[in-house]
Amino acid sequence: MIAAPISHRASMSLQDVSVEIGGHLALSNVTFDVEAGTLMGVVGPNGAGKSTLFNAIAGLLPVRQGTVSLHRAGQESGGLAYVPQRESVNWRLPVTVMDVVMMGRCCRLGWFRRPGRRDREIVKACLGRVGLWDHRSALMTELSGGQKQRVFVGRALAQEASVLLLDEAFSGVDVAAQEALVEVLQTLRDEGRIVLLATHDLTNLTGRFDQVLCLNRHVCACGPPEQVFTPEVMEQMYGAHGVRLTTDGER
Amino acid sequence: MVRALIGAILVGVMCPLVGSYAVTRNLAFIGDALAHAVLPGIVLGYIVGINPAIAAVPTGVAVALLVRAVSRRAGLSSDTSIGILFATMFALGLVMLARSTTIKVNIEDLLLGQILAITPTGIYVSLGITVMVILGLFTFHHWLLFASFDPLGAQVNSTRANVADYAFLVMLALVVVIGIQAAGIVLVLAMLVTPAATAYLLVRRFVSIMITAAALGAAAAVTGLYVSYYLNLSAGPAMTLVASGIFVLALAFKRRAPA
Repeated sequence: MIAAPISHRASMSLQDVSVEIGGHLALSNVTFDVEAGTLMGVVGPNGAGKSTLFNAIAGLLPVRQGTVSLHRAGQESGGLAYVPQRESVNWRLPVTVMDVVMMGRCCRLGWFRRPGRRDREIVKACLGRVGLWDHRSALMTELSGGQKQRVFVGRALAQEASVLLLDEAFSGVDVAAQEALVEVLQTLRDEGRIVLLATHDLTNLTGRFDQVLCLNRHVCACGPPEQVFTPEVMEQMYGAHGVRLTTDGER
Repeated sequence: MVRALIGAILVGVMCPLVGSYAVTRNLAFIGDALAHAVLPGIVLGYIVGINPAIAAVPTGVAVALLVRAVSRRAGLSSDTSIGILFATMFALGLVMLARSTTIKVNIEDLLLGQILAITPTGIYVSLGITVMVILGLFTFHHWLLFASFDPLGAQVNSTRANVADYAFLVMLALVVVIGIQAAGIVLVLAMLVTPAATAYLLVRRFVSIMITAAALGAAAAVTGLYVSYYLNLSAGPAMTLVASGIFVLALAFKRRAPA
């Protein structure tokens, strides 16, 4: 792993986190640690609490008990960037790729300063890193699913975020585009950032992610992808169907 | 007539500028609701003898902020809380109007606008609001864009996104107050929505939509004013029909494919 610039290093720790939504326990006693420079996949069935977990980490949902702590290396270190599921985005607003990545500079601008030359240079560099500089004037609605996700990653880069949360980033993204997205995310991981990506897709996790968190309202397992998918864990996540998945050799 | 012309241009430019956000954020209805909800403020202005436009400003701002607060507290969708507040405030305004013996104002003028009767104070209020809203749009542009496109991402990025959202509602309330003087309570929605929707059909980028909408709005307002003057009609309906006519033309020649 490449030694990261100190500014991007961050570690994260969740201790005994429980979250309640509408009187129901959506997550209970979630405990796990993520070291700097980790690309983690968060998997689980529908309703397992993947989005709830991200919302709790991002501070969008109150935590009923437990603590979420984020340790950043220095003052320069950026915060947390959140890429929501595509349904939460207002696609009717006709913004360009450049506009979206510039949004990442918002928190650096303050109220009264407009984006300057430095901001534009950073945006240009970020678009270059996610391979979308040539698409900078395109409207977001004109892009494919994978390109849209890469724009959001570009925005997180422009924000200088040290933790990225990507919710259902593979949905509607074909395998080749998933691979391109993972390649970009791996370079961010190599700089010491933490990247958490929630997905339904259990295929191709090995080789893509350093760690996998298996979730079904509680932590079923957390570890390297080649170790976590035991029949017991699959049963905890998917019931009897999960066991069949493992015995069929899909995992 | 000169005052009416200035008033019409201010309405024509300001309502579509803010309306562009309302249209692309599916918040068009809130503009209509705010227009109805400022009625108690206007009536109170007549009762205590201050310019009704001045009295409408705090009412509009208070209702705009209440909409968000009520929907958050009650866990209701914002269109439901808008519906409750809009009807309550409008009813309150009608009761105040009915019970007051001192007011000599025609409800029809409030509902349909009376731009030819706009007072110098009314123009100064509109100019003051214009300056505030333009400064607001300029200051909050990137935040408004962020919060309008990806509300969750913006909220995580900074608490400023929330402030920008409240600022947007306040700006909407402010332009509604300018709009009511020209187009009246019922038809101010036309100036907020129609030019912005027309521009949405014609140009690609959001900033271009804002600029085009302002130009179309000003054209519709001025044309509507002249039409109303020469044909002896109310200005509000004339402006609305001109704006709608431009929209129909744009619909025939649009370049944007349905989303």
